[in-house]
Amino acid sequence: MGPYVEGHVLSWVIFLPLATGLALLASGLLLRLVFGSPGLPGAVWRAIAIGSSGLTFLLSLVGVWGGFDPEQIGFQLVEHGAWLPEYGVHYFVAVDGISLVLVLLTTFLVPIVLLSSWNQIDRSLRSFVFFVLALESGMLGAFLSLNLIQFYVFWEVMLIPMYFIIGIWGGSRRIHAATKFFIFTLLGSLLMLVAVLALYQINHEQGGVWNFDLVSVTKSDALGLLDTVIPLAGEGTPWWRTQHWLFAAFAFAFAIKVPVVPLHTWLPDAHVEAPTAGSVLLAAVLLKMGAYGFLRFALPLFPNAAEDFVPLFLGLALVGIIYGSLVAMVQQDVKKLVAYSSIAHLGFVMLGIFSLNVPGLTGGLVQMLSHGLSTGALFLLVGVMYERRHTHEISAFGGLAKPMPVFAAVFGIVVMCSAGLPALSGFVGEFLVLLGSFQASRWVSVAACLGVVLAAVYLLGMFHRVVLGPVENPENRGLIDLDWRERTVFIAVLIPIFWIGLYPSPLLRRIEPAVLELIRNMDERRVSAPARVPEHPSESPRLEPVPDGATI
Amino acid sequence: MSNDLMGDTWIPWIPFLPFASALLHAVLIGMLRRSLSPRMVSGISCGAVAGSLLLTCVSFAEMISLPGDGAIQERLFSWIGLGVGSAHFDADIAFRFDALSAVMCLVITGVGLLIHIYSVGYLQQDQRDDRGFQRFFCYMNLFIAAMLVLVLADNLLLMFLGWEGVGLCSYLLIGFWYGDREKAQAGTKAFIVNRIGDLGFLVGTLLLFWSLSESGTPTMSFRGIEGALPVIVASTLSLPAWLGGGEFALANAIGLCFFLGACGKSAQLPLFVWLPDAMAGPTPVSALIHAATMVTAGVYMIARLSFLYAVAPEASTVIAWTGAVSALFAATIACVQSDIKKVLAYSTISQLGYMFLAAGVGAYTAAMYHVVTHAFFKALLFLCAGVVIMVLKHEQDMRRMGGIGSRLPWTRRWMWIGVGTIAGVPLTAGFFSKDQILVASYAAHEVPGHIHLYWMALTTVALTAFYSVRLIYVSLYGTSQVPAEVRREIHEPGGLVLWPLGILAVLCILGSLLGVPQLWGDLELLRVEESNSIHHFLARVVAVGEPHELDASTEWGLTGRAIAMFALGSTMGVILHLLRPAWADWLAGKLSFAHRLVKNAYYVDALYRGLIVRPLLAASDRLLFRWIDVRLIDGLAVMGSANLLRGLTDGLLKYTQVGLAQVYFLVMLLGSLAILVYLLFESGA
Repeated sequence: MGPYVEGHVLSWVIFLPLATGLALLASGLLLRLVFGSPGLPGAVWRAIAIGSSGLTFLLSLVGVWGGFDPEQIGFQLVEHGAWLPEYGVHYFVAVDGISLVLVLLTTFLVPIVLLSSWNQIDRSLRSFVFFVLALESGMLGAFLSLNLIQFYVFWEVMLIPMYFIIGIWGGSRRIHAATKFFIFTLLGSLLMLVAVLALYQINHEQGGVWNFDLVSVTKSDALGLLDTVIPLAGEGTPWWRTQHWLFAAFAFAFAIKVPVVPLHTWLPDAHVEAPTAGSVLLAAVLLKMGAYGFLRFALPLFPNAAEDFVPLFLGLALVGIIYGSLVAMVQQDVKKLVAYSSIAHLGFVMLGIFSLNVPGLTGGLVQMLSHGLSTGALFLLVGVMYERRHTHEISAFGGLAKPMPVFAAVFGIVVMCSAGLPALSGFVGEFLVLLGSFQASRWVSVAACLGVVLAAVYLLGMFHRVVLGPVENPENRGLIDLDWRERTVFIAVLIPIFWIGLYPSPLLRRIEPAVLELIRNMDERRVSAPARVPEHPSESPRLEPVPDGATI
Repeated sequence: MSNDLMGDTWIPWIPFLPFASALLHAVLIGMLRRSLSPRMVSGISCGAVAGSLLLTCVSFAEMISLPGDGAIQERLFSWIGLGVGSAHFDADIAFRFDALSAVMCLVITGVGLLIHIYSVGYLQQDQRDDRGFQRFFCYMNLFIAAMLVLVLADNLLLMFLGWEGVGLCSYLLIGFWYGDREKAQAGTKAFIVNRIGDLGFLVGTLLLFWSLSESGTPTMSFRGIEGALPVIVASTLSLPAWLGGGEFALANAIGLCFFLGACGKSAQLPLFVWLPDAMAGPTPVSALIHAATMVTAGVYMIARLSFLYAVAPEASTVIAWTGAVSALFAATIACVQSDIKKVLAYSTISQLGYMFLAAGVGAYTAAMYHVVTHAFFKALLFLCAGVVIMVLKHEQDMRRMGGIGSRLPWTRRWMWIGVGTIAGVPLTAGFFSKDQILVASYAAHEVPGHIHLYWMALTTVALTAFYSVRLIYVSLYGTSQVPAEVRREIHEPGGLVLWPLGILAVLCILGSLLGVPQLWGDLELLRVEESNSIHHFLARVVAVGEPHELDASTEWGLTGRAIAMFALGSTMGVILHLLRPAWADWLAGKLSFAHRLVKNAYYVDALYRGLIVRPLLAASDRLLFRWIDVRLIDGLAVMGSANLLRGLTDGLLKYTQVGLAQVYFLVMLLGSLAILVYLLFESGA
């Protein structure tokens, strides 16, 4: 790595995929306009994209994971530059233990997704490749941004490629699903935007400078949003300025993305219609964006409100776990089943997050990672089935272990991981979440344990119906087992599943300080009494920023 | 504790050897699709288990040479470690080889090795598919590894890893013939019912951890928990109002949670339903997993946590009653089953009931002794049944057997020893271990209703003798129902199958030496160096309550009663199944209702299906999915609002699109003005 990359490793990781995509587009344009040739074939685009996203993964592994110092608290590998400085919009990226694991999950999965969608994308392969690369940049940017406007931009940037991936390469009801996905997400994010602007104004009132940065880099010139004291509802406070309303707006946007029941109905549709690559990235990364939003923004910015909302969110998380599991149990379509199981698993994530303690939050993050791997793998497996039989109906399958033994073995391991079998990654997250939530609320935790039983019911039920039993449908008799490309993909996914399950320490060691920092931040920023708006604003003493709010 | 041997030991290799073998097989067949020859497979797999057995013996010798109650300890690395201060959670990959785990390891590797060898012979006759052969040994090795982790684990969480691991292997092996939907279903059922028990294990762990953490001693290791026992004893749990409120001793709550886990794994009421179905697996699997080792994990766990149960009287009472009722309940069912493996399955539940009864009345060492002897005789019986099933070409219905004993001279002999041991012929291992339990339950004054428990256990003795005698007479003797052409071909299988049987039979007899009661040891006739040696050995680790002194005459009386019950049961068996078979049919006809009830295992399975499974599925499908999800949330709220909006746009807003630039400009102007006015007010206010 040259010195230039070294100082800007996060920017490289974020923009390498998009840059590759744009370069490919430019090459296409150039070849067509100048030479009149149809451009590079799609397969070449895909090969280049796999190479570029693979490089991104290596870069994130060596540069981000390797450059990350677990002993150091706070954000690392900071890059801060002017974008629209007079409005306080900066280019501001940095990584901490929370975003670190999610960035790795993203960079790890994109090459896998490209590698796995070999035969499924039957048209406009080049556009598909471009959208996946753009999506990767969008996701990475969202995970790494510490400026709220920048985050918002990436958040929306992510939405567009996914909309097209579902809308163009999806199943028969793809337009409906894509539109629903888009409108749901947009609805939430517009509310969030309003809250961001309100936050911006409060920050200005207190610091005198316009700034969208979450934390201030140079303490002298501007307050970071995390240094702002956000008033509680009090006499005369405009309603849009109280912590609770702002939190609610953020939470609504994130809850849609997670999704929290009852805001979940876009998910089964989107999953069923999306092509494999879309489903995998949607489940593995995009859903995490919601949970990540809570961790990065909603909780530390509005600690009082977050704590007041704990009972609601613990309740909703529990409902998600039980409801998602029960509904998953009766699905006839594999993709729908996995979609509802995602709702249940994300319920565990929310349960961990709103436990607001170290095991809960850490477990939530590990669960996010593990769900990304196991559900990602499940969608890949469903993709394998779909490629061979062009259906997701469970009843069309049965007895696949006979013609496809390797497939069956991988399926079995992934199902067990998803069901939380110890020694696989699912258990570590689930157990820590239960451990954390037990401290927060015993009965909720005990009820959530029921989700562990139900997970076994719907997952093994699916495994049973798809893989075991006699081969009844003659069309399943001659199915071809996983070839070497597919085996490589699945071996790559199984490695971290076992690794996290057996030796999660390197992960926990990096996540825990970030979680402690989050908890400390919330403790420090808690407003004890409702902030009262004085009668004469001109004389209003500025609320003193919390000293040493966030360390850089 | 200072006597412990730490670091650089062989202990991790005990589970690791079979694990490595399993991994090798898994990679070969699961990923590379290369299968080894059966000879190679059996060599590697049996070799791995034999290696474990050898290392266990070496470690055993090492351990008893340690002074006092020393144990061997090995910590590999931190598995899940987190938090600071009182929330500090730490679970290591750490093993501890003490008296209790030593006994279990010996049983697991010893009996495991014999069954591995038997399986080589069994499957060679049975299986033409090399990959199936290798897959079988892969799962078996993995099972041995997981079971060894379970018993060697130094902390609760690692024990849970083993606990779930054996569950997984049980699932895989029950559904070994996955092409058969019913067999695969049996595996799934076993896993799910076990999961219900695991719920108890998990909640117990959480409760234990946070209680310890609140008092500043967070720990997961068994000795840590034992050290914090005073804290546990002093704590109570306040029940919520809807459970009646009040306080409940913490030890009892934790004990009950873990016992739920034990009920699942050890197939006790009310979670026993999976074990009879588990007989769908190959017979060596039933012998190893569903009789000799895995199902005793629940008993092992209670012995491991005996220090906790010793201070949890209410939980112990529940255990004792569950055990006794299960013992009696399952024994009645075993008496009328016609599938030879089902008889043995219910018999296993019944014998496990004895073990829980013992644990519940505080006789943890007696429970463990019965674990050991049961492993010998039940494995022997299952393997003998396996021979019968094998020579009859997969016939498991005893009504289609009979009259083949003469063709199977060795099997017949070994089976007699197994039947004698389970039925409780005096001086066999089973006789002594059962006797200890009977005496312990009789003497346990502190347990409410201990006399009832004793009588239930005693009745079960008679039933046990009855069904064991029935088992051997109906399957091997009597009028043969076997087709002549099959009968002509019957010949006893070779040495690989017979030798393990012989060794197990010898162990059934010699096992009695481990636990000769004081009473018998004092007799001139026997001259035992140390009476009840297993008790003294295990007492290093396992809690031993106040010994209940019974005078010799009472104790002889109890023994006499047990022998009488045995005699009664076996005589009835001989009469009904050998001398006057017609009477059995007459009796069944007379009591047809009761007979049907018992034969269908009291319809518990149907009850669960009707009251829990079906309603839950129906409610999930119709109410939650179709009604709430599809209609209410998605249909009404989401799409409804979208359609409403579309309707509004169609109906009203389209009139705003007048297409005149002037109008648009006016609207824009008004809008900007409004914003301006607002901003002015905002800053001026």
